[in-house]
Amino acid sequence: MAKIIVVTSGKGGVGKTTSSAAIGTGLALAGHKTVIVDFDIGLRNLDLIMGCERRVVYDFVNVINGEANLKQTLIKDKRTDNLFILPASQTRDKDALTREGVEKVLNELAKDFDFIICDSPAGIESGAMMALYFADEAVVVTNPEVSSVRDSDRILGMLSSKSRRAEQGLEGIKEHLLLTRYNPERVEKGEMLSVEDVKEILAIELVGVIPESQAVLNASNSGQPVILDKDSDAGQAYLDTIKRLLGEQVPFRFLTVEKKGFIKRIFGG
Amino acid sequence: MSVLHCADLSVATLQKLLSAKLAQAPAFFLQAPIVLNLSDVSQTPDFASLKHLFMELKLVLVGVTAANAGQKAAAHAAGLAVLQAGKASIKAKEPAAVQQPAQNPAAEVADNTSAANNSAVAAVAATMDSKVVEQTVRSGQQIYAKGTDLIVKGAVGAGAEVIADGNIHIYGSLRGKAIAGASGDTSKRIYCYNLQAELVSIAGNYWLSDSLQGKFWGKSACIKMQDDSLVISELV
Repeated sequence: MAKIIVVTSGKGGVGKTTSSAAIGTGLALAGHKTVIVDFDIGLRNLDLIMGCERRVVYDFVNVINGEANLKQTLIKDKRTDNLFILPASQTRDKDALTREGVEKVLNELAKDFDFIICDSPAGIESGAMMALYFADEAVVVTNPEVSSVRDSDRILGMLSSKSRRAEQGLEGIKEHLLLTRYNPERVEKGEMLSVEDVKEILAIELVGVIPESQAVLNASNSGQPVILDKDSDAGQAYLDTIKRLLGEQVPFRFLTVEKKGFIKRIFGG
Repeated sequence: MSVLHCADLSVATLQKLLSAKLAQAPAFFLQAPIVLNLSDVSQTPDFASLKHLFMELKLVLVGVTAANAGQKAAAHAAGLAVLQAGKASIKAKEPAAVQQPAQNPAAEVADNTSAANNSAVAAVAATMDSKVVEQTVRSGQQIYAKGTDLIVKGAVGAGAEVIADGNIHIYGSLRGKAIAGASGDTSKRIYCYNLQAELVSIAGNYWLSDSLQGKFWGKSACIKMQDDSLVISELV
């Protein structure tokens, strides 16, 4: 049975799509057959981050409307085996998704895949609700600043009340906190909330801390998930995150300011 | 339902006492169902004339509680219900005197639990089960405990609202809004483990977080009404 994981945040621009791409790729690298579904109808981005924007023929809405089948629509990732992308429609809006339609598509995907990653749009409107409704687990992407934390708190409330699991009285969605754009230097100066602050407010289990990194921007611009950049701090942090998602115990890295080496201290840098 | 405690159940005394009470708020008890608590009375009152008196005062005598065997028989004969007395019944000299707030939150919770085991009594004594929220109240969520106390075992997030007609107990951080005594009872209180609230209010008197900054910010606290103003004190 496939596991459905929604990547959500409430607030926009915190790194949902970047994280969806990294998590999907990471799970596929770990040998699990994975599909990433872009729920951001009308503002399609996932294809750019995954570098497959030139290969989009049909989209999610076409499948729901029966204008194309899944086989025609799914885009196989060229770099990573076991990884597929279901792109969003750029020409429609979020109302094009119906609960029945989404359920039908997810059920069909569940037959073939181990993991279904739902890349949620920002906000708490129908599109975001649709992305989280069928989820078994949720990765709540949060930046260490108060507005993002509050929006994440709001989404956590939605997860526990507006999801299928909540409505049917099943065991609740398993919630994971993914802290992105973490900058230990700014935390030390008191300009940013610390990991402990955010954990205290949101009171859910931490699955990963991704440092603020130039590598993320470079990866997005080149259409390559940052997790494939194994030398970068952000790439390594996402790899750790995947291990934790799969149940491994991995110590957290990149939480403290890196001590400058002797040479760097003399020559600056 | 209102319970009436009175040691002297002669028609003349009751008429005097009740008329004086009703004069304060004639509409409040209009046709209100009343239960007579007989724990302070050993002889059997004349239920038929009492019923008549209540009718004249525009009250409805529906039953008795804490009655002995003789009183029970007489009550049955007069067509009154006999209700079981319980620990949770409100001690009051006059009907529907305001329930005094418990001095300590733990005791109050225990009180409500014992009432729950005795549902018939609970209904008579107008004591309802407290509303208990097991998890954190998230931003944007609103919880209302109608006619009773509210107990939150987790935190109340910024942008969340917890409202109760009774007292509010929060065993986590209070970062959102807490409104106790929402139906106007100034004797209600807010207890929280960590005070960082956006707003606290008791019976419509409120303080914003600006007024809460001070020695109790980030600490456990109890908020109550005293002399028409809110006061914060230590929880322990």
